[in-house]
Amino acid sequence: MNISISSRPLHDWDALVQADRAHRILYTDPAVFQEEMTKIFGAVWVYLGHESQIPKNDDFIATKLGLRPVILLRDSAGRLRALYNRCTHRGSTVCRAASGSAKAFQCPYHGWTFHNSGRLAGVPWPDGYACDFKDDKFNLAQVSRVESYRGFIFGTLNPEMPTLKEYLGEAARPLDDWIDRNPGGRITVCGANRLKYRGNWKLAYDNSCDGYHVVFSHRSLLEMENRLEKDPNKGMSYYKSKPDEAPMYCRCYGRGHHLKDKRPNVEKRAGALWEIEGAHPGKERYEAKLRERFGKEADRWLDLASSEPINLTIFPNLLILGNHIQVLEPVSVDETDTVWYGTAIVDGPDIPPGVAEDINALRLRTQEGFPTFGEVDDLTNFEEIQKGLAAQEDEWIYMHRGMDIPGRITTDERGIVTGPATDEVFMRLYIHHWKELMKSNPVLSVKRTP
Amino acid sequence: MSYVDDAFYRDLAAEFTDWQSGDRRLLDPALLESCRGILHLEARLLDEGRFEDWLALFADECLFWVPGSPGGDPKREIAVSFDDRRQLEGRIYRLRTGHAWSQVPQSRTSRIIGSVEAFRAGNEAVCMVRSSFLITELRGGETRTFAGWNAHRLARAGNGWKILVKQINLIDCDQNLRNPSLLL
Ligand code: FES
Ligand SMILES: [Fe+2]
Repeated sequence: MNISISSRPLHDWDALVQADRAHRILYTDPAVFQEEMTKIFGAVWVYLGHESQIPKNDDFIATKLGLRPVILLRDSAGRLRALYNRCTHRGSTVCRAASGSAKAFQCPYHGWTFHNSGRLAGVPWPDGYACDFKDDKFNLAQVSRVESYRGFIFGTLNPEMPTLKEYLGEAARPLDDWIDRNPGGRITVCGANRLKYRGNWKLAYDNSCDGYHVVFSHRSLLEMENRLEKDPNKGMSYYKSKPDEAPMYCRCYGRGHHLKDKRPNVEKRAGALWEIEGAHPGKERYEAKLRERFGKEADRWLDLASSEPINLTIFPNLLILGNHIQVLEPVSVDETDTVWYGTAIVDGPDIPPGVAEDINALRLRTQEGFPTFGEVDDLTNFEEIQKGLAAQEDEWIYMHRGMDIPGRITTDERGIVTGPATDEVFMRLYIHHWKELMKSNPVLSVKRTP
Repeated sequence: MSYVDDAFYRDLAAEFTDWQSGDRRLLDPALLESCRGILHLEARLLDEGRFEDWLALFADECLFWVPGSPGGDPKREIAVSFDDRRQLEGRIYRLRTGHAWSQVPQSRTSRIIGSVEAFRAGNEAVCMVRSSFLITELRGGETRTFAGWNAHRLARAGNGWKILVKQINLIDCDQNLRNPSLLL
């Protein structure tokens, strides 16, 4: 079954997205938001969840694809699926738990029951129906394409999308680095910091690689971290004075994906990351415990409790920040949920017994710092932008930092663009990609045949 | 220097398991009144923005803990907040910088504490207190509420109490919270 979208453009997108600026209605018009929910959150690969959230057959989590309620699961045969959480009878959600394990879902309204493959298992008192319930139209709809890249599960309704691997393109490399820094490349999601703000989802996307805001928006966090330090080079302090002259950079991979790579600011040796980590609960005691056991060798484990200095953003909703997997969930044109999933390392043959437990005791605590002491200030600033954008005659949002300065931004033979850490080049590139998507007319389709 | 280690987590888990049982309830009116006293004082100091005075109610080795899910195990999942003393001092320091934009302007709050019950906690010098709270907050022209229940682990200090652990159980701890930057 295909869902056609009107081919008449909603707006003159070229007028609204210019080389150096974007129009305020991209953030304020409910009609733009509605169209984004199909042309973006539906038509490109959208991040749905991590495999560690559904490790066993029959495990599920409730999530969303844009605004569509979806049950992401591993079915009884082990296959990853994203079922629409929408009864084919009269539309009720069939699953009301946030997570769990189920071979089947029974709709609480009239009792239609569906296997976790999406297939209709049965309806109460079928002799009251003349139809053939074997007809696929009675199966739950499901996201037509679901793929996992090394544990990161995405879905799209667009048959024209390339494979997920192609979609990620060169952005898969920093994702590989991030995964592989953990022993055996294994991580598991361990709870989440869940925040919401009254603002458009793109305000968070605009911020994802923004090195310009750090010392201003996060000034209180920097001051809090540095209050304890004789050495003022902790945490995010490399943004002070002249961040554009630091070795860190911003890199854009196309399709709206980008990376802020702060790793070059940190010395390439075991223990260097741990040395710049802030003063989190458990810091001294667990370090002493690991040092007693491993001596200098403890450095390589302690680095795993430290925040990985990258911000990797996969369009449109996945942000890898430090050790967090942050997911943007648009709610309405001026409301967005941001979920910061924590990650922990996992025991295995390549890590001495007990180390994962000790490192995670630290790593859970290091991850709580930024959402509580940093992100809240960004979200407040996003809300204040949304308020500012109510000024109708003042139309433009500028994103031209770094533009037209010879030699500042480079493009390599693969089309990968690199610039200084505070440049807004990533915004310009992604919002132009966004514009192309908004001009497109994808034909979305769900699947009914499991 | 942090004092959080394996023993700290082990004790915390033991202290916060099955503590609200009927046979552990403390019914002595004087004791209940003194527990209510520190809870009411705490609420007033927070409403008045006297964060340093509020911090002085805590023991040297204390914990300020907001689980991220009902009963959330701090060794298995990240919390909304899990502050040892140093981090709690940092939390107040941040609010006092004047640059914590989520609290500029600062929230105005009005707290109601009720349904106070006290429970035995192993030895006479310590007790556990459960209370319900309703915080009404005004910020940015909007009024919002935070609701839930607190678990206080209190230690006797002179004629009164010091707070060893304050566990704040928001009813919406596992939902998306809008600006949870005020001191709960
Ligand atoms: S709506 Fe689901 S059974 Fe009727
Ligand atoms: Fe930020």
